[in-house]
Amino acid sequence: MAIETDQQPPVGLSRVAVSETHGEDSPYFAGWKAYDENPYDESKNPSGVIQMGLAENQVSFDLLEEFLKQHSEASIWGNKISGFRENALFQDYHGLQSFRKAMASFMEQIRGGRAKFDPDRVVLTAGATAANELLTFILADPGDALLVPTPYYPGFDRDLRWRTGVKIVPIHCDSSNNFQVTPQALEAAYNNAEAMNIKVRGVLITNPSNPLGTTIQRSVLEEILDFVTRKNIHLVSDEIYSGSVFSSSEFVSIAEVLEARNNKGSERVHIVYSLSKDLGLPGFRVGTIYSYNDKVVTTARRMSSFTLISSQTQHLLASMLSDKEFTQNYIETNRERLRKRYGMIIQGLRVAGIECLQGNAGLFCWMNLSPLLETPTREGELALWNSILHEVKLNISPGSSCHCSEPGWFRVCFANMSEQTLEVALDRIHQFMKRRCDKEKLGHV
Amino acid sequence: MRVIVPLQGVVQGRGGLVLGSVIPCALFYLLQLYFKRHRSEPTPPPQTLTEVSELNRSLSRTHLSPRGSSAPACVSTRANSIVKSSDSPFYVGLKRVSEDPYDELSNPEGVIQLGLAENKLSLDLARDWLAETAKDSILSGGGSSGPLSMAGIANYQASDGLVELKVAVAGFMSQVMERSISFNPSQIVLTAGATPAIEILSFCLADTGNAFLVPTPYYPSFDRDLKWRTGVEIIPVPCRSADNFNLSISALDLAFDQGKKRGLKVRGIVISNPSNPVGNLLNRETIYTLVDFAREKNIHIISNEIFAGSTHGSEEFVSMAEIIDSEDLDRDRVHIVYGLSKDLCLPGFKVGVIYSSNENVLAAAKKLSRFSSISAPTQCLVISMLSDIRFIQKFIQTNRERLQRMYTKFVAGLKQLGIECMRSSGGFYCWADMRGLIRSYSEKGELELWNKLLNIAKINVTPGSSCHCIEPGWFHCCFTTLTEQDISVVMERIRKVSETCKSPR
Repeated sequence: MAIETDQQPPVGLSRVAVSETHGEDSPYFAGWKAYDENPYDESKNPSGVIQMGLAENQVSFDLLEEFLKQHSEASIWGNKISGFRENALFQDYHGLQSFRKAMASFMEQIRGGRAKFDPDRVVLTAGATAANELLTFILADPGDALLVPTPYYPGFDRDLRWRTGVKIVPIHCDSSNNFQVTPQALEAAYNNAEAMNIKVRGVLITNPSNPLGTTIQRSVLEEILDFVTRKNIHLVSDEIYSGSVFSSSEFVSIAEVLEARNNKGSERVHIVYSLSKDLGLPGFRVGTIYSYNDKVVTTARRMSSFTLISSQTQHLLASMLSDKEFTQNYIETNRERLRKRYGMIIQGLRVAGIECLQGNAGLFCWMNLSPLLETPTREGELALWNSILHEVKLNISPGSSCHCSEPGWFRVCFANMSEQTLEVALDRIHQFMKRRCDKEKLGHV
Repeated sequence: MRVIVPLQGVVQGRGGLVLGSVIPCALFYLLQLYFKRHRSEPTPPPQTLTEVSELNRSLSRTHLSPRGSSAPACVSTRANSIVKSSDSPFYVGLKRVSEDPYDELSNPEGVIQLGLAENKLSLDLARDWLAETAKDSILSGGGSSGPLSMAGIANYQASDGLVELKVAVAGFMSQVMERSISFNPSQIVLTAGATPAIEILSFCLADTGNAFLVPTPYYPSFDRDLKWRTGVEIIPVPCRSADNFNLSISALDLAFDQGKKRGLKVRGIVISNPSNPVGNLLNRETIYTLVDFAREKNIHIISNEIFAGSTHGSEEFVSMAEIIDSEDLDRDRVHIVYGLSKDLCLPGFKVGVIYSSNENVLAAAKKLSRFSSISAPTQCLVISMLSDIRFIQKFIQTNRERLQRMYTKFVAGLKQLGIECMRSSGGFYCWADMRGLIRSYSEKGELELWNKLLNIAKINVTPGSSCHCIEPGWFHCCFTTLTEQDISVVMERIRKVSETCKSPR
């Protein structure tokens, strides 16, 4: 019979469970808390916190709603209720073929037909979050590392490292060349890892970049591809914002670079995509891994058992994405609206005396507030971030949470709100800058 | 000690002169077999259909070393451990079914699927509900701005599920378990199916290199779900036909000590109730004894109750939730896994549940659920369905009746062929004793029979070895993908094969 003692320690949890690697205590997420506690609402809470830290695309939502209204039967079972049986029972980790075909063709459309995608290489996951984690599990062992250019999406700290036990070694980029990746930076990062006795398994890039909001130039992609080939490591290209480039001709996918090389050496390349940004459907949890490596495809497919998309959602989206007329119109309209929105925020910031990195993609801009820092340090940046959050009531993301090596940069999202709200935000920034300016003037008297 | 169990199996299972005279050889073979079962070997899961049992024994990390730098960039050891070996019985079986699936009208000679724990018996009920109710589906803009409208669900949601769905699922779980427990929605984390639910708990409760005790025979995919990416080991706790494959605490104790000897820290016990593949229900006494054991060792209990609503017969189902509900001291160590794939016939929708009152586990699981969240439109549809209390009540009841009927018919059919089934009270399957049909009392003999059943009788069943059963000759047969007419076809086919198999006694 059990002997109970008062001193028995509580039943323990794993290291994964108690680790801080989920990163949810960083400022990136702390700002969200402030927003949750006091969210802006145009009529009900006009002085609340405006959320500019969430890269969500709401500008083209009406197009989706319209489609669904006109094709309501697609929302559950496809065309007939007889599709129900297949839908309800379907649980094959290959994914619905019609959906994979639709995804492949949508990805082709986004790239203007400049790259071809084979539906049998499409592996489905519940979101890009899962796709990135899955690839990390497959390409690296615990203790190994992936090289990631800074600044990068704060979620990578969690997605690539938490359960996988894999490390991130940063490839440092800075404003001297608009934060582009250079061969020297790649080598330096690799050597850095070697010096720490860490085995590098791959490079992970985001193209277009989050948080920079810029596409990676073709020449840089070629350099990166050459680098990973020399080192015999993998390349993961997270192209989640590929449909959110303001001008179609400016985006070059790694797929295009590979095709120009006749897919030579492509088995080290893997692309991540999702419908959360381009299609504005993050709640649907639709992500994909596209790999040129058969073993990776097979393994990813099996591993996707842990992160499947419901058959109902696959069916609904297959129907939507196979409608070429709809997708073409959506892609073009979305691009145009995002471009306009971007223009609006850049102009508004410029008028307030704030410059941004010249961007051409994404749902955010990379704002330079370094002139405003009390001290050119991470602490100075966080102090500024704090005052913007609490005085100006805007939640923006500090560059330090993106591991940016230069303090003073901030990521500001513009697509997750109405134009009116954006105007309010810009006005607040304007007022804030004006106040600072006035304070300085007073200080110089 | 290791020798005794297989020896008992030999002695009890199949007495007689032939075996009696070759016991030394059989012993030797069985010893080898026993060691083989506990050594890890790489075998791949089948290519299609994820929730079926898989002959997948995960590999220890050090086994394979990556090739030199002249070869193309290699994948991780974790990925390599699913190295292809396409002659695993399960893989072969599923392939055969998918190549040549039985259909009463269009392909009467095809392979009949009895290896998939899928319930088609009550699909018509769900389909009818949808046909009637789905007209104003959430997504067609019926309500354009409520929390469950398209605008409401397209955005980022809480990764562990909509509150409304948690409430609906808590209510459903309570209904399904005959209202003996009321489930608290705030103690629920929702995941895209029960598969990630189990894996998430494994990540939360054990470190790489630790172990879980798992009674055998067990659901083959546990090898993947508990071990693959987590690096956690399984220490099997053998159950025997002499005990009706019920769990014995002495076996549990033994396994725990074995773990110690191997230098493995045991973090918990994983049980399935109703059990898969046997179909046993845990009685209250065993549950409390289990909890005592867990308390004594200060470890967790994961109770996989995915078939809780699929009980048939008169035995009472007792959920671990009773412990969570009542025993203050032990609430923190008990965690339940559930899902809608079995009881609601909706595996394609991927709705899984982690239920626990341990705040730390819930907090960690919630964060981990972001890798396995349920698609929002699906959440809405399920909320709608579960909220129709009358429909759900009728569904649960009808489903149970149909299960009972099929179970009875199927078991009776096998009995007529001289094949007894272990008495079971839950699940979509029966645990058939085909020891009389195997030529040698060994895994080899079992697989030979399995092969005959697949290729001659053209039925795909799961051999006990895939479930790590220590006694050869037992087969897992699911009957819920059949119609009543199919049963006689199945029995006829088995009869043909069994007549060629019966060895003189």
